[in-house]
Amino acid sequence: MVPYAGWDMPVEYSGITNEHLAVRTRAGVFDVSHMGEIEVAGKGALEAVQRISSNDAAALKVGQAQYAGLLTPDGTFVDDMLVYRMAPSHFMLVVNAANTAKDFAWISEQVKVAGDAAVVDSSSRYALVAIQGPAAREVLQPLTGVELSDIRYYWFSYGEVAGARVTISRTGYTGEDGYEIFVPPNMADRVWQALLESGRSADVIPCGLGARDTLRLEAAMRLYGNDIDESTTALEAGLGWTIGWKKGDFIGRERLLAQKERGLARTLVGFEMLERGIARPGYTVVANGDSVGTVTSGTQTPFLKKAIGMAYVPVALAALGSQIDIDIRGRATKAQVVPLPFYKRVMGSGVI
Amino acid sequence: MSYPADLKYTKDHEWIRLTGEIAEIGITEFAQDQLGDVVFVELPDPGRKVTAGESCGTIESVKAVSELFAPMSGEVIEVNPVLKDHPEAVNTKPYETWMVKVRLSDPQAAASLLDNAQYEALTRS
Repeated sequence: MVPYAGWDMPVEYSGITNEHLAVRTRAGVFDVSHMGEIEVAGKGALEAVQRISSNDAAALKVGQAQYAGLLTPDGTFVDDMLVYRMAPSHFMLVVNAANTAKDFAWISEQVKVAGDAAVVDSSSRYALVAIQGPAAREVLQPLTGVELSDIRYYWFSYGEVAGARVTISRTGYTGEDGYEIFVPPNMADRVWQALLESGRSADVIPCGLGARDTLRLEAAMRLYGNDIDESTTALEAGLGWTIGWKKGDFIGRERLLAQKERGLARTLVGFEMLERGIARPGYTVVANGDSVGTVTSGTQTPFLKKAIGMAYVPVALAALGSQIDIDIRGRATKAQVVPLPFYKRVMGSGVI
Repeated sequence: MSYPADLKYTKDHEWIRLTGEIAEIGITEFAQDQLGDVVFVELPDPGRKVTAGESCGTIESVKAVSELFAPMSGEVIEVNPVLKDHPEAVNTKPYETWMVKVRLSDPQAAASLLDNAQYEALTRS
């Protein structure tokens, strides 16, 4: 167990490799109750969310979710989040545990300016249990009356799981198909146990923070505090697709637009080690003897069995196939820029 | 966790199997458990002289990197060839999977190493 944003979290249950492979080939169950939930509701909720979110919340139907940046006026990240549209004028923002208090303060302040909406930190009202992997649906379906095949990717629905009132969201942080289940904290253990019981014959196992990190990295999902923070812009982070340019003004828009017109100086790339060595966060990227960037995430991935990572590099070095060196404890070690994500699941025949 | 009585230990969570002036060196069950899945081990070249306390290799797991320290002074005479293709042996058989063999310059220095009871006490503190 490790302390994590005020929570005691298991890094691993049976081993990161074992857990990682379970999610890629069968399914794994994660307790991600540490995630924060901030709700914005009231007549002016849409305008408020449009102001604080990088993405276009007006494009969301009720029952749909989207990934977005919660940006500073500089276009950098206060946090990243999922925006759920619960009702026409009711949104839930799912944010990082370590940032919840900061996000709540920031959002409250902005919404005061934007208008007529209440902002509530409802994190303590929700535990969050995720089941991720190709077998996720067959494991969850027997526990609920909700027809899971009706929930499309990045949509959510309400119902019961193992007798608990829940919100079931077809989202995740692993690069696999799966569900995240918002459940009252006093019923979380019941849902957790029921999922493991239902998944027993498929060898579904509990997974910790370690596998969550290696899985999300293979899928190139950004991690706040590593790949994005208050010093990196949405464009530099390769998250231009989360920017709703056409929706009108929002916090950070002006700077991002200027950056877009001027062109980027640096950008986040994926790389694969060509020589033996694992690049860890904080290691320096070297080109022609000069330090030119920093590794933000890196590991040896259990599924692809390669040493991979992400780093900020000057755009001149960002082209696919570019050779870079990573300083691994004093030794320049060759790596190559490769496309993101490192891993993309093979889509099944279902509705996605 | 087990800490065999026929081995010596260090506070850096390494074990030493002494046979005359030869020492086999590996990491303990406690160490492998803390590190998690080992994905590769980088070891010194045979012939290298090492001094007690000096870093002489690295052990990379999925989640972290840690150093291998020379517990005693001497000359590296062999590295375990199994580790190149099967680093996970460090996890599955920590006491069979020695990493380096060192010819000790002063075998008597072993007197300052920990025995299994002392080491176990250290892992519990």
